[in-house]
Amino acid sequence: MFNDKKLLVTGGTGSIGNSICKYFNNNGCKEIFSTTTNLNKVKSNQDYIKFKELNLDNIENSDLEEIFDFDVDFLVLNAGLNRDNIFLRMSSQDWNSVINVNLNSSFYLLKHFVKKMVKKRFGRVVFISSVVAHTGNPGQVNYTASKAAISGLVKSLALELSSRNITVNSVAPGFIESNMTDKLTDQQKNTILDRIPMKKLGDSVDVAKAVGFLCSDNANYITGQTLHVNGGLALI
Amino acid sequence: MSDIEERVKKIVVEHLGVEEAKIQGDSKFIDDLGADSLDTVELVMAFEEEFGCEIPDDAAEKIVTLKDAVTYLTANSN
Repeated sequence: MFNDKKLLVTGGTGSIGNSICKYFNNNGCKEIFSTTTNLNKVKSNQDYIKFKELNLDNIENSDLEEIFDFDVDFLVLNAGLNRDNIFLRMSSQDWNSVINVNLNSSFYLLKHFVKKMVKKRFGRVVFISSVVAHTGNPGQVNYTASKAAISGLVKSLALELSSRNITVNSVAPGFIESNMTDKLTDQQKNTILDRIPMKKLGDSVDVAKAVGFLCSDNANYITGQTLHVNGGLALI
Repeated sequence: MSDIEERVKKIVVEHLGVEEAKIQGDSKFIDDLGADSLDTVELVMAFEEEFGCEIPDDAAEKIVTLKDAVTYLTANSN
């Protein structure tokens, strides 16, 4: 499905990032690049992915021209960070890190790659957002703010780039079995499960398939949208 | 016509698909030659490639006519 195409997924060592890489690899994607804050996190079964070490919290000081001396057809902005706390206890550092990694880093990566996509007259940009961007979630003021901001960014950028055959969309996962939800206590998990009509957490592959769809020819006429993958948790 | 002007004109003709005769020095890419705002970005990228230089955003924004491009590139290209 993705023969001759090149993909960059940020945060490829996380559960969802890894599933996305795997899905594209299984579907014939020619070259798969990813980023990680620490190359030691790369697993042995990820040898088909070309990893670049990049700290998204400090991306403005990185030489993107040197790190990414290539263009891509698909850019999946997946890397995300959460630093949860009730608002009145949230440190400014936790606020800034989350906004930097989840939102501000996209600005720099898009600047770098979209130029090349405009030139090629082809590109698929997919953000990984979150259901909580649309519903809110206590303890995640920083995280929800960063993810909700992506919704506006997606729409405006989609409008700007549509004439160049570049689509910009996002996938908003609900609660997915991942390194992020692994941190939840059993009690928290049960409370969440009670609210999910499908009565199970999602699989990271479910998210990967949605990303794959938005990058495929089947989604050529879809731009500026959010695709919710949440087992019915929130119908928006 | 200078060599630089000729090369710039060629890029504009190719990129915007306009007839060479229609391009005057003070023709505005957007208002007179039918470019959209992304075309102006692409033109600047093409100039950078052709002349092997980097045009910073604040200078790029001021390049709105053929003459602007020629003046900038005469002063700044290698």
